[in-house]
Amino acid sequence: MRKIHARQITSIISELCIEANTNLRSDVKRALRLSLAREDNPRARGILQMLLDNAACARKFKLAICQDTGLPCVFVKLGQEVLIVGGDFLKAINKGVEEGYRKGYLRNSITAHPLKRKTTPGFSPAVVTVEIVKGAHLELAVLPKGFGCENKSALRMFKPSEGPEKIKDFIIREVKLAGSEACPPFIVGVGIGATSDRAASLAKEALLRPLKRKNSDKIVAKLEKELLNKINRLGIGPMGLGGKTTCLGVNVLTAPTHIAGLPVAINISCHALRSASRRI
Amino acid sequence: MKRIYSPLAEKSIKSLKVGDEVSLSGVIYTARDLAHQELSDAVRHNRKLPICLRDQVIYYCGPTPRQKDRVIGSCGPTTSSRMDDFTLDLLKVGLKGMIGKGPRSPQVRAAIKKYKAVYFLAIGGCGALLSTRVKKARVVAYKKFGPEAIYRLEVEDFPLIVGIDSAGRDIYKRKAG
Repeated sequence: MRKIHARQITSIISELCIEANTNLRSDVKRALRLSLAREDNPRARGILQMLLDNAACARKFKLAICQDTGLPCVFVKLGQEVLIVGGDFLKAINKGVEEGYRKGYLRNSITAHPLKRKTTPGFSPAVVTVEIVKGAHLELAVLPKGFGCENKSALRMFKPSEGPEKIKDFIIREVKLAGSEACPPFIVGVGIGATSDRAASLAKEALLRPLKRKNSDKIVAKLEKELLNKINRLGIGPMGLGGKTTCLGVNVLTAPTHIAGLPVAINISCHALRSASRRI
Repeated sequence: MKRIYSPLAEKSIKSLKVGDEVSLSGVIYTARDLAHQELSDAVRHNRKLPICLRDQVIYYCGPTPRQKDRVIGSCGPTTSSRMDDFTLDLLKVGLKGMIGKGPRSPQVRAAIKKYKAVYFLAIGGCGALLSTRVKKARVVAYKKFGPEAIYRLEVEDFPLIVGIDSAGRDIYKRKAG
């Protein structure tokens, strides 16, 4: 067994929270630059340039890219040969979130009770997804999810016979509904298969995949490409003010499902798609 | 780029047309979900408001905490439609401007026309850049709400787009039509 100390997990999570929130992902920056080069709507161009300037400003002053520093979602891949010592695993993660959010001057956006509210919000708890994997390593990813876009999440249970065309219509409809409120240009995460809850989780996890990486599954890669092109033809544009830049990428994750079902979930990210990960 | 000042004068509100790019300087107040519930409740029950809203501009924003050497943290706009149900109450007591992101309800649009007010868009997800345009910031009400407290901000050349003008013309409707 390889021993990993809880303290190390806390300190890594803390660093990842700050990195994710203040340093825009390089694949997102690249996608913004490519979109700016292709965009010909003057207002859209102005906004895309501002987004790039904002990312540079955030990095320079170690400021949050967006004031909504999100609900921290932590994805863990825990090797089965790893033994966590020196403390409680989940506590170590949440302590890291609190430390990172405090040190990084990130916003306390978590309200302790969803119905009570009206109290000073806190930094944690994070939403933690753990997957046990082969090996003796630990992989931690932090994805702070802003709620302007999280509020546009949707799930639909399709009939197995409905297939890709109906799925595309559903995704397009949801993207249209998200419109300007979810801060386009978007990155669209889609989860297909498994159960309703797992599909929703996959849709979020899909946002972790780098934008330029092509899907190895040919059917899924085709679906991603078609969706991206269709969404960019909607004309929503940056801030919903028009232009051909509505979506920077579509990432789809699939999982085996039941013969009677076809769950599809969508998780939209605003242009400030933030995540950071580390493997130890 | 039109330059305007807040608190808003009637003449400058009238001069603004939907789609105009403007640069705002002066005092604005942040308020988001919780502050709106409280303010609207106070108006409905004839209680005194913690700030006078006459001719003022409200910014739908909950900033990140301030670093020691800075005026304010990241401070971009949040989604405006969540404030729609409370906006009429605030317009009734003299609010003249709102800054946020995204479309408003038909009721809010009609009220903006009725009260000769204006709705501005700020660029969402640009909180770091926008923070450089804030020259002073302090909490003036609802401190316990943390980022949802009301901050009084003094801004200089805050970049905005007119989303709904005082004639009720809407940038999102225009695009669709």
